[in-house]
Amino acid sequence: MSTIEQTADTRQSRLENSLLYENWLLLRKNKSAMLGLFIIVIFILVAVFAPLLATHDPIAQNIDLRLSRPMENGYILGSDDFGRDLYSRIIYGARISLMIGTITVSIGLVFGVFLGLIAGYYGGVFDILIMRLIDIMLAFPYILLALVIVATLGPSLRNAMIAIGIVGIPRYARIVRSSVLAEKESDYIIVERSLGASNFELMFKSILPNCLSPIIVQATLGYAGAILSSAALSFLGMGTQPPTPEWGLMLSSAKQFVASAWWVVTFPGVAILISVLGFNLFGDGLRDVLDPRLKE
Amino acid sequence: MTKYILKRLLLLIPTILGIITIVFFMMSLAPGDPARLALGARATPEAVAELRHEWGLDQPLTTQYLVYLKHVTALDFGKSLKTQEPVISEILARFPATIELSIVAIIISTVFGILAGVISASKQYSALDYGAMFGALVGVSMPVFWLALILIMVFSVNLNLFPTGGRMGIRLIFSPITHFYLLDGLIYFFRTGSMKYFLSALHHIILPAIALGTVPLAIIARVTRSSMLEVLRQDYIRTARSKGLAERVVIYKHALKNAFLPVITVIGIEFGFNLAGAVLTEEIFSWPGLGRWLFSAMNARDIPAIQGGVMVIAIVFVVINLAVDVLYTLLNPKIRY
Repeated sequence: MSTIEQTADTRQSRLENSLLYENWLLLRKNKSAMLGLFIIVIFILVAVFAPLLATHDPIAQNIDLRLSRPMENGYILGSDDFGRDLYSRIIYGARISLMIGTITVSIGLVFGVFLGLIAGYYGGVFDILIMRLIDIMLAFPYILLALVIVATLGPSLRNAMIAIGIVGIPRYARIVRSSVLAEKESDYIIVERSLGASNFELMFKSILPNCLSPIIVQATLGYAGAILSSAALSFLGMGTQPPTPEWGLMLSSAKQFVASAWWVVTFPGVAILISVLGFNLFGDGLRDVLDPRLKE
Repeated sequence: MTKYILKRLLLLIPTILGIITIVFFMMSLAPGDPARLALGARATPEAVAELRHEWGLDQPLTTQYLVYLKHVTALDFGKSLKTQEPVISEILARFPATIELSIVAIIISTVFGILAGVISASKQYSALDYGAMFGALVGVSMPVFWLALILIMVFSVNLNLFPTGGRMGIRLIFSPITHFYLLDGLIYFFRTGSMKYFLSALHHIILPAIALGTVPLAIIARVTRSSMLEVLRQDYIRTARSKGLAERVVIYKHALKNAFLPVITVIGIEFGFNLAGAVLTEEIFSWPGLGRWLFSAMNARDIPAIQGGVMVIAIVFVVINLAVDVLYTLLNPKIRY
């Protein structure tokens, strides 16, 4: 490699670094985005180190100490109706929520990006067929579509994740399609095509990286939506099954204690609220920085 | 304009056909034989086979689909396996409860959402603005069912201000006329001079309406704020201010009117979601609406009921979204056909 090429290379990477760095600087100034990031980091740390942070086995029952108040009998946040430690269950619940978020966002992302790329890049019949399908999916309110899918497949954590993942596909597909339409006539694509790049290379190596910003924003907000939807499905008995320490499921069994044990009703909901808020704050901030056009 | 509306109406047909097709085939794929479910585990195989024949379940799936399609176009969704009543009459009996709840919820969220959005925008970057917008973000981040539980815990159980569920006090003898209980209460008032029915219905609807209205409220507040900020930057607002109009007149009369368009769209969309997504709220407040009925049909694997309910909700949702789009083009002076 000649010296000139090398200099060009380092310059290129320095430019990329500086773009990333520049965005990070912008993001750092955004206080609510930083609060969101802080919450997300804590959430991930809690999920990863759950066994170290928990004081009890999350599914070990102690019927004698059922519905202990917070700070009573060694239960920091009290115990539930089976005498299980609420604090440890909430800590382990972060694992379930992180897993559900990651898997469902991945499902939506993989299929949505693929469909959006095909529809936008090839156009014509592909575009019409795919976008009609997306329109029909969007004709169902998402919680209803998720419920119908779970009702068909049968209630379980796996099926709830499949349902939430599928429900997420249309958003990614639409975003990717419109970005592809904007990119595919750009000069650099025309040049690369004339240099003999294949359709596959153009789609995945040239166009996709340039559509990443809105996808990243949507995926971040997708985590928030996934945590909420999976909690709702579990609450209705259509998702995670007992005794798994899932936040929505914990609230489902807490229903009967609204009059007697405020802690079992309150704390799992606070956990959902804070983690969803984290992803929403960070997603909003990311959108402001990465994609000013999408700003509300 | 008429041409645009006609075109949109025609485009509804493939969407609705798609909805029917997807729901039909998904439900046909669902495990469990409806005939066996209807007759119970102790029925003889002969009886099950007879019922399958009667319902056409022994026909090829495509034939079943075409027959179903023919019935659906006549609004015949079959009979509920659980009650043996026609699905359509079960739906019609429950829809008013859901519509009433959705209307009250959207009124609450519109009034307070617009108010919060306008105040935020007119005092941009103030503590009030930050507080309201953080509150709005908390609103969209909150699980609706948890909010409903907290509302019941605080306002029904601890403060004893509101009932925990239902649509009307159980001791009131009441035969519904329109099935919109607030309206029925008013009719009773004009007939008998007693407000107790109306007040009881109002008393019962407030908590579920707040629960259902919180997310739309937060979204309406955010959209109102950003739309107002956009408008407040315009030249004619500067003119209005410079000619000495009171700030209140500038904000509420000149700016809000023009900032309203995107807000109307959001209100319409959220209303559609409310009608369709009230499952959780209805379940918690024992509200006898469509969502709760559909959910119990799902638990009972009552396939004709699920198909009919899901289809009706999806079609209503699509039609509302279309109405919102049409309204938007009608109201927007920049769009002319």
